[in-house]
Amino acid sequence: MTPPLLDIQRLSVDFATRRGTVRAIDSISLSVAKGETLGIVGESGSGKSVTSYAVMNILDRAGKIAGGKISYGGMSMHKISERDMRDIRGREISMIFQNPRAALNPIRKVGQQIADVLVQHNQATRATGRAKAIEMLLAVKIKDAEKRYEAYPFELSGGMCQRVVIAMALACKPQLLIADEPTTGLDVTTQKAVMDLITELTAKFNMSTILITHDLGLAAAYCDRLLVMEKGHVVEQNTSEALFNSPQKAYTKQLLNATPHRDSYVRDLLTPEQQAQALALPASTEPGAALLSVKSLKKEFGKPGSGHHHVAVRDLSFDIRKGESLGLVGESGCGKSTTSSMIMRLLDTTEGSIEFLGQDIAAIPAKQFARHALRGKLQMVFQDPTDSLNPRWSAERSIVDPLLRLSPDMPAADRQARVLELASLVGLPVELLNRFPHQLSGGQKARVGIARAVAMEPELLILDEPTAALDVSVQAVVLNLLEDLKHRLGMSYLFISHDLNVVRLLCDRIIVMQHGEIVEQGHAHEIMDTPKTDYTRSLLAAIPHPPAADASITGNTELQDGAL
Amino acid sequence: MSNLAITPSTAPRAQTREGYWHHLRYIMAENPLTGISFGLFFGLIAVAIFGPYLVPFDPVATGVGPALQPPGVSHWFGTDHLGRDVFSRVVVATRLDLLISVSAVTLSFVFGSIIGCFAGYFGGWTDRISGRLMDTIMAFPLFVLAMGIVAAAGNSIENIVYATAIINLPFYARMARAEVSIRRNAGFVQAARLSGNSELRVLFGHIFPNTLPPMMVQISLNMGWAILNAAGLSFIGLGVQPPMPEWGILVAEGANFIISGEWWLVVFPGMALMLAVFTFNLIGDGLRDLVDPQRRT
Repeated sequence: MTPPLLDIQRLSVDFATRRGTVRAIDSISLSVAKGETLGIVGESGSGKSVTSYAVMNILDRAGKIAGGKISYGGMSMHKISERDMRDIRGREISMIFQNPRAALNPIRKVGQQIADVLVQHNQATRATGRAKAIEMLLAVKIKDAEKRYEAYPFELSGGMCQRVVIAMALACKPQLLIADEPTTGLDVTTQKAVMDLITELTAKFNMSTILITHDLGLAAAYCDRLLVMEKGHVVEQNTSEALFNSPQKAYTKQLLNATPHRDSYVRDLLTPEQQAQALALPASTEPGAALLSVKSLKKEFGKPGSGHHHVAVRDLSFDIRKGESLGLVGESGCGKSTTSSMIMRLLDTTEGSIEFLGQDIAAIPAKQFARHALRGKLQMVFQDPTDSLNPRWSAERSIVDPLLRLSPDMPAADRQARVLELASLVGLPVELLNRFPHQLSGGQKARVGIARAVAMEPELLILDEPTAALDVSVQAVVLNLLEDLKHRLGMSYLFISHDLNVVRLLCDRIIVMQHGEIVEQGHAHEIMDTPKTDYTRSLLAAIPHPPAADASITGNTELQDGAL
Repeated sequence: MSNLAITPSTAPRAQTREGYWHHLRYIMAENPLTGISFGLFFGLIAVAIFGPYLVPFDPVATGVGPALQPPGVSHWFGTDHLGRDVFSRVVVATRLDLLISVSAVTLSFVFGSIIGCFAGYFGGWTDRISGRLMDTIMAFPLFVLAMGIVAAAGNSIENIVYATAIINLPFYARMARAEVSIRRNAGFVQAARLSGNSELRVLFGHIFPNTLPPMMVQISLNMGWAILNAAGLSFIGLGVQPPMPEWGILVAEGANFIISGEWWLVVFPGMALMLAVFTFNLIGDGLRDLVDPQRRT
């Protein structure tokens, strides 16, 4: 057997922190053969990125390799000098990072940035760089490559930027490509395009790939072999098919289980222990009268005729009834966030009416709505739990803020009691109330955000991709929490997301939006099973399909149905 | 529920206060320069407060010793041409110099932040008008502008403070504007609006405190400049009037005697000035670490 291209033996990495040394990865071993695609799957803090940084020798100052060996094509990587390492990076091993826009230099033309890589590694001269860079742009299927050479990163969409980053990474035809969450933050359709491109190109150049991701479904769909990591250890490794269909370890099973797929129910995502503790969900209640009624809503940015004119939302009409959950699905730029901002009264409308509890709130300017009696009845859970909490405020201070502002007459003791009640409602341990956001985990921050949103007992809660920034197991818990709260507090939800699999878990009805208009609407199962438009079909097709996973999963649900 | 209500508010609060001292100690220990600068800073403050009561001679009394005596046992820093004790004068001057710089920096911090916050948050005309106003101030050579203000408004210590505050205003306004405008649409700001905070409360209750860490660095650097500026103005004869001891005046008076070899008249006040500026420049990073909650793990 030929020796593997990359071979890691018993690698450990330590980080020096304020509270002593922390072992980020503990004695892990893995190997990648030539032409193979290895997926490293794990939740945040599992050490999957640290592993790749150790390979590239780009650990930050606090981190250091505490033991083990990394050999690449027979060379010992940890003995190589920084000067030689610089040669290896890009020419032998390349890396694609999570946020493509951050990985590109904002003030340099994208074509030049590709040419720079080629010149740096003596693959081209300044004179031939342009032609070769355009060749790479064509290889990553960028149309009008000649023209795009001159583009700056801000002129390109997220998916396009990621293509440029891929072109940079592959420009010198490296042997090994490390892709660290290459599609996180991209739409499903873009994700599919980017992943298909990576697969195609690496196969064409006979390259090995390490795909680092938190999404087990994505990894299984695109990798030959998977390696599951937890807290710096390798839990399990196997071929994608075997790992997906017959996981051996409890952690892998839990991870698989928590990943939403087409047929799962919201409770299925939880571990059996969590399921045992969960409340019984009431049988689906008939939604009541219309709570929110949006009629021919329109939003324009810029003056008509000027260069900046842009219609974000055109002629949107829909209703949300009491106790109902409505899903709003579409890719970035389809106007779903603009719509939610307008309903939330953070943004003024151009035309149309928003009737909420019998009152046209579109008529009230957004700036004055903060003091309006309905403010507390209309709340929102934000996409990024970190960004949506004031970094200088403790969890308690954040939760108490709406109480202080919207019911200023409440006695301090009642307020204190209410905060504790809210904390227990969202399952936030009381001792965490004094912590600052950076001292809380993603799931805990999400709970603080939810507690703040439900503090005033809103009638309508807008959920703007509330789990997009969370790990799957945390997502499972948060989705279940939201489902419980809906029944306990009798709220209606408007759930905004680009992930149909997540939306259908909570929603009765789904609206699909494109270019500021409704493309399709109907019951969740209708949209999922018998989509009527090509756009909805393309959204559904873009969801990664793991190898032969459908059969086993169907079997799985049948079993659970039988058990109930 | 009610018995729960009491526990969390008392116990962990005490812990945070303890945590604050722990944090301070950690910041000091992590970077020895920070420790040194804090030490120097508290030393300066102590000298400013207690100095006047401890000095061996009356700083303005003439003839406490022979004129132009070099440093020695009875007069540590020597005496000047009127026989005044240089050591006493340098020590007593600390209070006045710190007072001028602290009040000037406070004024420019407060007003600069307000202008910058409004410009960054509301944008549009507020931004344009305040921006051009700040540009106008910055278009002048700052020291010359300060001279002009003091000359026009009258030669007094208050006017030195105002002049120093005005020339430093643009730095705060610009920094506050930049820091506010990047946070204007952050998630926590949107959330604050949803919680029923008025625009002003969003601005000053939520956004502004988050701009403090970089502002702290600016403040401490500015304290150094402000001291230099005040000393510079009195050096050329504006503001503080002799015989009141002030570092700039002491240097100005001593400058006449450098040629004849009486170096101590210039060197000691100059050193005091340098030490103060040095302390403020060093303390900036430490102050930022102290007010940044992210650093409090």
